[in-house]
Amino acid sequence: MKITKDEVLYVAKLARLNLSDDEVEKFAGQIGDVLSYIETLNKVDTEGINPTSHANFLSNAFRKDEVKENFGVEKALSNAPLKENGHFVVPKIVG
Amino acid sequence: MNLYELSIEEANKLLTKKEISSKELTQSVLDRIDAVDEKVGAYITVDHAGALKAADDADKKIQNGDTKALTGIPLGIKDLICTDGLLTTCGSKILSNFEPPYDATVIEKLKSENAVFTGKLNMDEFAMGSTTENSSFKNTCNPFDLSRIPGGSSGGSAASVAAGICLGSLGSDTGGSIRQPASHCGVVGMKPTYGRVSRYGLVAFASSLDQIGPLAKNVTDCAIIMDAISGYDRRDSTSVDEKVPDFYEAIKRNGGVKGLKIGIPKEYNSTEGLDPKVSESVNNAIAELEKLGAQTIEISLPNTEYAVAAYYVLAPSEASSNLARYDGVRYGVRTEKSENLIDMYHKTRTEGFGDEVKRRIIIGTYALSSGYYDAYYKKASQIRTLIMDDFKKAFEVCDVIASPVAPTPATLIGENADDPLAMYLSDVFTLSANLAGVPGISVPCGFSDGLPIGLQLMGKHFDEETLLRVAYNYEQATDYMLKIPELV
Repeated sequence: MKITKDEVLYVAKLARLNLSDDEVEKFAGQIGDVLSYIETLNKVDTEGINPTSHANFLSNAFRKDEVKENFGVEKALSNAPLKENGHFVVPKIVG
Repeated sequence: MNLYELSIEEANKLLTKKEISSKELTQSVLDRIDAVDEKVGAYITVDHAGALKAADDADKKIQNGDTKALTGIPLGIKDLICTDGLLTTCGSKILSNFEPPYDATVIEKLKSENAVFTGKLNMDEFAMGSTTENSSFKNTCNPFDLSRIPGGSSGGSAASVAAGICLGSLGSDTGGSIRQPASHCGVVGMKPTYGRVSRYGLVAFASSLDQIGPLAKNVTDCAIIMDAISGYDRRDSTSVDEKVPDFYEAIKRNGGVKGLKIGIPKEYNSTEGLDPKVSESVNNAIAELEKLGAQTIEISLPNTEYAVAAYYVLAPSEASSNLARYDGVRYGVRTEKSENLIDMYHKTRTEGFGDEVKRRIIIGTYALSSGYYDAYYKKASQIRTLIMDDFKKAFEVCDVIASPVAPTPATLIGENADDPLAMYLSDVFTLSANLAGVPGISVPCGFSDGLPIGLQLMGKHFDEETLLRVAYNYEQATDYMLKIPELV
């Protein structure tokens, strides 16, 4: 198999996902098939070819650091699952 | 004729002449939604009240003689384009309660023309898929055969236009997600050049590939929507400050296709899994364009065979990074019970994402993880350079490239459900345009057992005008323009 169940579990943990035993089994097979297919890229000699990360010809898009319109604290918090006194509330981080 | 059957251009003429009101038109579309969307399943949210209010506002503008091309026209919006105060779910449980605090740039632009929004359209979760079966909420059915998929990921956007439950729509295209559903549903769909339309307010899937574009009943309507949404936007750092032609005016001026060079990639006819009927329809379409005076020329896109593999490294890699933001803190659904912060992240994401999204996050995280980066992400980015070079060379000798959109007509719902790789392989003709950033359009070119087939035309960067011109001339010469299925 192209990717082991342990590797799937490890990567899922990096991505903050829990997987059941059945899911690990299923994903290892399916993702293994995809990774095997991706191996076809190795048939191409890419020595000295520059990688492309973007499809247009811009380099940097700088602009002045000016204050423009914003929608304020209340609206910014309007979708927060939990909020208090103008802040997002998260579970306790430090003991 | 029912008002919902009108094209945008026809409706605009009647509105301008005050022969109909936007309220009548909008009501006709809303009634049609109530009558058929239970079967089609194109909408996640129908905004009856908002649409009627916007229609009233549009009618006031029209009364004052201030009618723009989309004033009072009912449009549907793919549910990953942010609409201020209107639910925007991305087809995902994790955003099932998300009401954006702002409008996407394209929505602002349409509102400035007093367009009417009927609601938000179904899609594969976070635009990951080619069938709309990956929506967390429901399947969308193909209006030409309700047992079949509408294509995806903009399945709701294509099915709604085909079913007459909006006059036109917006979709997004990361690997074919506008063109392929347009092809399956017999409508026109365009993916503009990367950078032509602002992505501000488009929920990100793969930022270097995503582009918003129109789906419409015909090429003219497609041009009208392109006019409204195109242009530079300082809020999207990849938006390009390039002159936007008047696409509608260009179509009306119609230069014809005489002498135009159409490139035919020699690799495409031998593509594995290409349905003979699709191949025949596309070849007939090319012959029709020759009859209209275009010349065909054989070209080569040798690295196309690696496009699927490169794409399924790059897109999941970008997605794994983009989707890290769904952590249950700032928006979306948070898990109900958790032990601590890390546990909250895990449970929120595990409960909130569907299988295909999880698969792609895992593939992307794997491809970007330490020790694998060079073998996957860097390698795929180098292949991307080669694919772009192929297009550059091809466009030295031709003006547009013609090909199929999808290798087969719409498949049955459930056909590829447990085989993600099979679904990925069906993107073979559309992915390269996203990797290279060039524009592409799907235009109806035939039927196979009652199922629509689309012709794809791809063009040079920022040359949507030529694509629209070729598509328009083909459409005028043929008889495949959308006929709305009855459905009741």
